[in-house]
Amino acid sequence: MARPRAQPDAAVTIDGAPVRVFSGESLLAAANRAGIPIPTLCAVQGLSVWGGCRVCVVEVAGDHTLRPACATTAVDGMEVTTGSDRLVEHRRQIVELLFAEGNHVCAVCVSNGACELQDLAVDLGVDHIRFAYQHPDRGVDLSHPRYGLDHNRCILCSRCVRTCAEIEGANVWAIAARGAGSRLVAELDEPWGESTSCTSCGKCVAVCPTGALFDKGTGVGEMRHDRDVIGFLAAAREQGEWHDREQQP
Amino acid sequence: MAAALDLDVVTAAEQTRRGRYRQRVMVCQSISCLAAGAQATRTAIEQATDEEGLGHDVQVVPTGCMGLCSRGPLAQVVPRGGAPTLYGDVTAEAGRQLVASLPRRAPPPPAAVTDRVLDPDMPFFACQRRFVLANAGRIDPERIEDYVAEGGYRAMQTALQSMAPDDVIEAIAASGLRGRGGAGYPTAKKWRLLAAAGGEHKYVVANGDEGDPGAFMDRTVMEDDPHRVLEGIALAAYATGADRAFLYVRAEFARAVERLDAAIRAARRHRLLGRRVLGSDFSLDVSVRIGAGAFVCGEETALMASVEGGRGTPRLRPPYPTEQGLWGAPTVINNVETLANVPGIIGRGPEAFAAIGTSASNGTKVFALAGSLVNTGLIEVPMGITLRQIVEDVGGGIAGGRAFKAAQTGGPSGGCIPAELLDTPMDYERLQALGSIMGSGGLIVMDDSVTMPEVARYFMEFCRDESCGKCVPCRAGTVQLVGLLDRICTGAGTTRDLAQLESLGQTVRETSLCGLGQTAPNPLFSTLEHFRGEYLDLLVDGDTAGGEDG
Amino acid sequence: MTAARKPRLATVWLGGCSGCHMSFLDLDEWLFDLAGLVDVVYSPLMDTKEYPDDVDVVLVEGAVANRDNLELAERLRASSRLVVSFGDCAVTGNVTALRNPQGEPAALLQRVYVDGPDRHGVVPSAPGIVPDLLPQVQELHAVIHVDAYVPGCPPSAERIKAALTSLLDGGPDHRWGIRFG
Repeated sequence: MARPRAQPDAAVTIDGAPVRVFSGESLLAAANRAGIPIPTLCAVQGLSVWGGCRVCVVEVAGDHTLRPACATTAVDGMEVTTGSDRLVEHRRQIVELLFAEGNHVCAVCVSNGACELQDLAVDLGVDHIRFAYQHPDRGVDLSHPRYGLDHNRCILCSRCVRTCAEIEGANVWAIAARGAGSRLVAELDEPWGESTSCTSCGKCVAVCPTGALFDKGTGVGEMRHDRDVIGFLAAAREQGEWHDREQQP
Repeated sequence: MAAALDLDVVTAAEQTRRGRYRQRVMVCQSISCLAAGAQATRTAIEQATDEEGLGHDVQVVPTGCMGLCSRGPLAQVVPRGGAPTLYGDVTAEAGRQLVASLPRRAPPPPAAVTDRVLDPDMPFFACQRRFVLANAGRIDPERIEDYVAEGGYRAMQTALQSMAPDDVIEAIAASGLRGRGGAGYPTAKKWRLLAAAGGEHKYVVANGDEGDPGAFMDRTVMEDDPHRVLEGIALAAYATGADRAFLYVRAEFARAVERLDAAIRAARRHRLLGRRVLGSDFSLDVSVRIGAGAFVCGEETALMASVEGGRGTPRLRPPYPTEQGLWGAPTVINNVETLANVPGIIGRGPEAFAAIGTSASNGTKVFALAGSLVNTGLIEVPMGITLRQIVEDVGGGIAGGRAFKAAQTGGPSGGCIPAELLDTPMDYERLQALGSIMGSGGLIVMDDSVTMPEVARYFMEFCRDESCGKCVPCRAGTVQLVGLLDRICTGAGTTRDLAQLESLGQTVRETSLCGLGQTAPNPLFSTLEHFRGEYLDLLVDGDTAGGEDG
Repeated sequence: MTAARKPRLATVWLGGCSGCHMSFLDLDEWLFDLAGLVDVVYSPLMDTKEYPDDVDVVLVEGAVANRDNLELAERLRASSRLVVSFGDCAVTGNVTALRNPQGEPAALLQRVYVDGPDRHGVVPSAPGIVPDLLPQVQELHAVIHVDAYVPGCPPSAERIKAALTSLLDGGPDHRWGIRFG
């Protein structure tokens, strides 16, 4: 593990402010350290760079193309703009594309109020979606005893894929198919609950930016009572018998 | 050196073999001729040769593409020491008659045969300059001896025996060769980067993933002259210090894969590939990798992911492949046609190559000429030829008495060129300046029955279907662009839709991760630039532009 | 808006649960102030049957789910100066549009009224009374031009107040907050 280096060894300018950077550091990391927010939906500190959401694109003086801040190494002397009108419009359109692509019904989502896509839409001033909603029927995988996967809310950021591979080392997740048909799959496209590699560690759920991966029991009507436990405890107390409840009919 | 003698021995044996026949009948067995019945033609010609008792006199040679696909099946008769005669529309029956009329027989050829003779001076042939396709249609691609007898592997031999790796790069630099995959990056510059890179292994990859609709340049080169591609790869590897090479070919090109595999085995047998090539210190391991048929795998980082056995999705550059390519090792990726140019450049000298074409775009370019033309097929023309020459002379003009409307170069990543720009010379810079690109060589000519917004929609649907799905603007943006084009094409679009089309097109172009998404809006923008009126005519509120919702 | 008369306010209920109107009622005492500021000329909270002409601001709750919704949307657009998508169903389709992935309405009605636990087991049909469902539920701006958006499921009373204040003050801005959900 690389410990923090002694001193930043280069400097860039971000939105006019001088920012000192470590060699090899990404523009996103440098800006974050300097307190300059650059939005992203796929980058997570500690995971490999994916560069797929394109929300973090910035302008670098002298470059005719935009650069993803997450995947661009800060080089001494770079002049970076993070919030021009052009960039904001691109980001808005990308966020709107995501809303139109899936079924992001915030009102009935387990992540309502705790969703990075929802937050980003607010930050970018998205008050309606200009694109045609696709209303896909992508299905929900509730086969795992503890977690659920609602494909309709998945933005294919691959955070879960990378987390499972790079942090947990289980490699349960992958993305299958292509284009608009791309989808998250467990193992070789099996129900998540049948995955033998899944350790049920929950890190994929923790890292999901939206409500696509969620803890079961948090949605409306999902509460499961265990009313028999009282009788079990009473019987145990009165008769002094403690049996394995799992084996009861 | 024993191995060095091999080439001479093979050549001599092949010359002797050919010398035994008074006539060689070459029958095109390339896909478009096969579709026109060339298999039956070949069978008929072979049977007739037997029946006529000409087996000792006439050699029937299955070959690759002879170019004028619209007149297929094609066959060519080459008398010993004489000029070849090319025939078009050689049906099985015509093939039998052709054999019966071969000059050994007394009666003069019947009209059924002479009517089919194609004039070698017709502009379709006269305007062409065959450099990459020098052997296509002239040799049996399944026999290494045929390639060697035409001077094959001599450039490699020369390089190994008398040139340092740097000399090879310098020769390529002097020739001015640029990438034929479309972008036109100077080949020598790429090679220098790989040559300068360190590491235990270095890789050369030949990109044969050709996926543009209507394009079949690279497939033809791989099918018709596989050893030329291998020799180009070997020269690239020698020049750059690479010791391993992959040929990445899409699975749909089954015949190319088969021929390349066979060619690699044959070349290894002759010590033209493998360990200590031709007895030198140079070793090269070449193998074919089959792609599953995804357009995005023509993009070099996606291609590398696929070669490594992973999902064919692009990754970010930098690092560039010459720094970190296959399995993290330095890698150079060249298009098949680029590599097929290399043996000719080294063999004939860079000057010969540089003399063809324009000052900045040297050599020739192979195009798959398709669309509403009298002559369609596979052509190789000098760079700098005007589009008008290609359409009017090579293509023989628009078929069916209609008028030229536009030509699409560069397939789904390219753009259209309207009639007023017909005199544009075909070179990298000038096509780019028009909002199109040279591309890998797809060239689709459209007549005035075509509606340009529908052309844009067609290519956008292609890009939508081929998007890998990794980045949002390409995956979801192309879906919306198709939707907006649908609305406009079906007469339901508004000025607002058109504005959104342009705005989203800009986002997809500027924010997509790889070339597929970045260039997907090109057909849209170039048709808008040259044929905006056609879009406006289709709008519901076209006359009230700038109204309340505008 | 002329100085001579008070602005004319309408509220409309299309395909939604009326929650946005409930939230509107949560404005409580401010409703008295509002009544002094505007003339409410059309609303599900009133008895008016016909959408009037010359409306200044209309808050439209709900998505466009059936033929009546569509006709009313077109009618109100023609007669109103500022059309406001009021709440998530109008803005995004929201819960009302959850049926869209199921496809055509016929399959949906079959599932709900015949295959489901409904005791009659028939798809209700009352031509001229029960309007036909549209093939897909659409957000309001997919059907007509919309001038301002007040998302929320429902938008809070504070957000509605801020929006109305701003709209009556001259034009839309975003001071009222725009979070979906």
